[in-house]
Amino acid sequence: MENQATYNYKVVRQFAIMTVVWGIVGMLVGVVIAAQMVWPQLNVGPYFHFGRLRPLHTNAVIFAFGGCGLMATSLYVVQRTCNVRLISDKLAGFVFWGWQAVIVLAAVTLPLGLTSGKEYAELEWPIDILITIVWVAYAVVFFGTIAIRKVKHIYVANWFYGGFILAVALLHIVNSMEMPVSMWKSYSAYAGAVDAMVQWWYGHNAVGFFLTAGFLGMMYYFVPKQAGRPVYSYRLSVVHFWALIFTYMWAGPHHLHYTALPDWTQSLGMVFSLILLAPSWGGMINGIMTLSGAWHKLRTDPILKFLVTALSFYGMSTFEGPMMSIKTVNALSHFTDWTIGHVHSGALGWVAMITIGSIYYLVPRLFNREEMYSVKLVETHFWIATLGTVLYIASMWIAGVTQGLMWRAVNPDGTLTYAFIDAVKASHPYFFIRFLGGFMFLSGMLLMLYNVLRTAFAGRPVNAEIPAVVAHA
Amino acid sequence: MDTQTLIRVVVTVLSFVCFVGICVWAYSGRARKGMDEAAKLPFLDDDKPEAGDKQS
Repeated sequence: MENQATYNYKVVRQFAIMTVVWGIVGMLVGVVIAAQMVWPQLNVGPYFHFGRLRPLHTNAVIFAFGGCGLMATSLYVVQRTCNVRLISDKLAGFVFWGWQAVIVLAAVTLPLGLTSGKEYAELEWPIDILITIVWVAYAVVFFGTIAIRKVKHIYVANWFYGGFILAVALLHIVNSMEMPVSMWKSYSAYAGAVDAMVQWWYGHNAVGFFLTAGFLGMMYYFVPKQAGRPVYSYRLSVVHFWALIFTYMWAGPHHLHYTALPDWTQSLGMVFSLILLAPSWGGMINGIMTLSGAWHKLRTDPILKFLVTALSFYGMSTFEGPMMSIKTVNALSHFTDWTIGHVHSGALGWVAMITIGSIYYLVPRLFNREEMYSVKLVETHFWIATLGTVLYIASMWIAGVTQGLMWRAVNPDGTLTYAFIDAVKASHPYFFIRFLGGFMFLSGMLLMLYNVLRTAFAGRPVNAEIPAVVAHA
Repeated sequence: MDTQTLIRVVVTVLSFVCFVGICVWAYSGRARKGMDEAAKLPFLDDDKPEAGDKQS
């Protein structure tokens, strides 16, 4: 066996760099479609039309940026907390190249209009099969490494990563059940309201397990490490984990309020979404309280700022989510830009910020440097990203509530007060502010790329030595 | 009550009991030592960059 005395940092390095690259690509597409909302003339040709670029944006930021970030950090954390090298370097390499192939295939097929039409699961059946194979390999590498660990306990971050890997496998396989009719066309195995329910069971659990559980794994390792103190309450983290596992699976129906879905199912989805507030906030408080006694570090450490701001946005969006799942609130918010604002408070504020912080933590270690090339630039990135996120969310709140109120306004004789175009006109200035916010967030990512590359070229790629096995093993 | 409904009810109730059990266990004195050890795991392993100096 090669290098059993060192950790496998190579695959972590590959995924970490691609996290930044795909982040820029995915967010650039996001800025383009935001611009298309402001200036509709930008919808050129069939390939670069909003309808085709939008799924490209969501797939790129969730599965390419988020996915690479999760794989980079999970493969780092599992090695460092299990005190052992990955079980197979070859399989880890396959996971990296396989996942990049999935992303490239998505980037080609989606603009061509090849889609199964299921939100966040648009990719056609041959790519679905490739995803399954790569995902199984990822699971083997991750759980195989846990199986050969040199320490007694499985650290809580690995529980979250493990839950994320298993749940995503289950979701992907169930929701992608489809009948191929040609190379690039398939039809869902489900029909009608059942299809909608399966889709949103998948859709919301993609939020719950891909975009939450996985990133909580990041939180439970990188926040304590960067703050230099163990997690505030380990027992709370255990309850946090199981509470999320037991409740998230039920919350999907809140995407289908006032539809053909049976009424009891909608109410059930709403109740479980409300229950979710408790574990979400428990987890957020656990993360933030980890800093107690180390608050002063926030003043000087921009990486910690990213991590803690991410937790604040996590708290905000997990309060907003349950509120929006209440049927009467949903009657106002559904189909409006409020939903888009909510998603981005989670996606930019929580997912992207915690990922960015974790990658800034990793890069110097992967290239044998003491810190990033420029800590000042990290600080600048932090402020641009925060400001961009706030502009994005605030503009979408205003636009969303405006749209909801205008759509439901009726005259005394029962006719609608406003035509649809009136609400579009009213939203136009906010679309511009959203574009600005997104553009700022993207600019921050470009700073990050520069900083990461300078750090990488100043250092050299290393595989750290595995420290002597600790006493209680 | 048909079998399908019965299974749903049983699974739901068992899941809930299981969750309550996990909570009780997590906050029991018996779990304390193991959890304190686990919480320190990230710190038993120093990942400061200077520690690693092997060419890949």
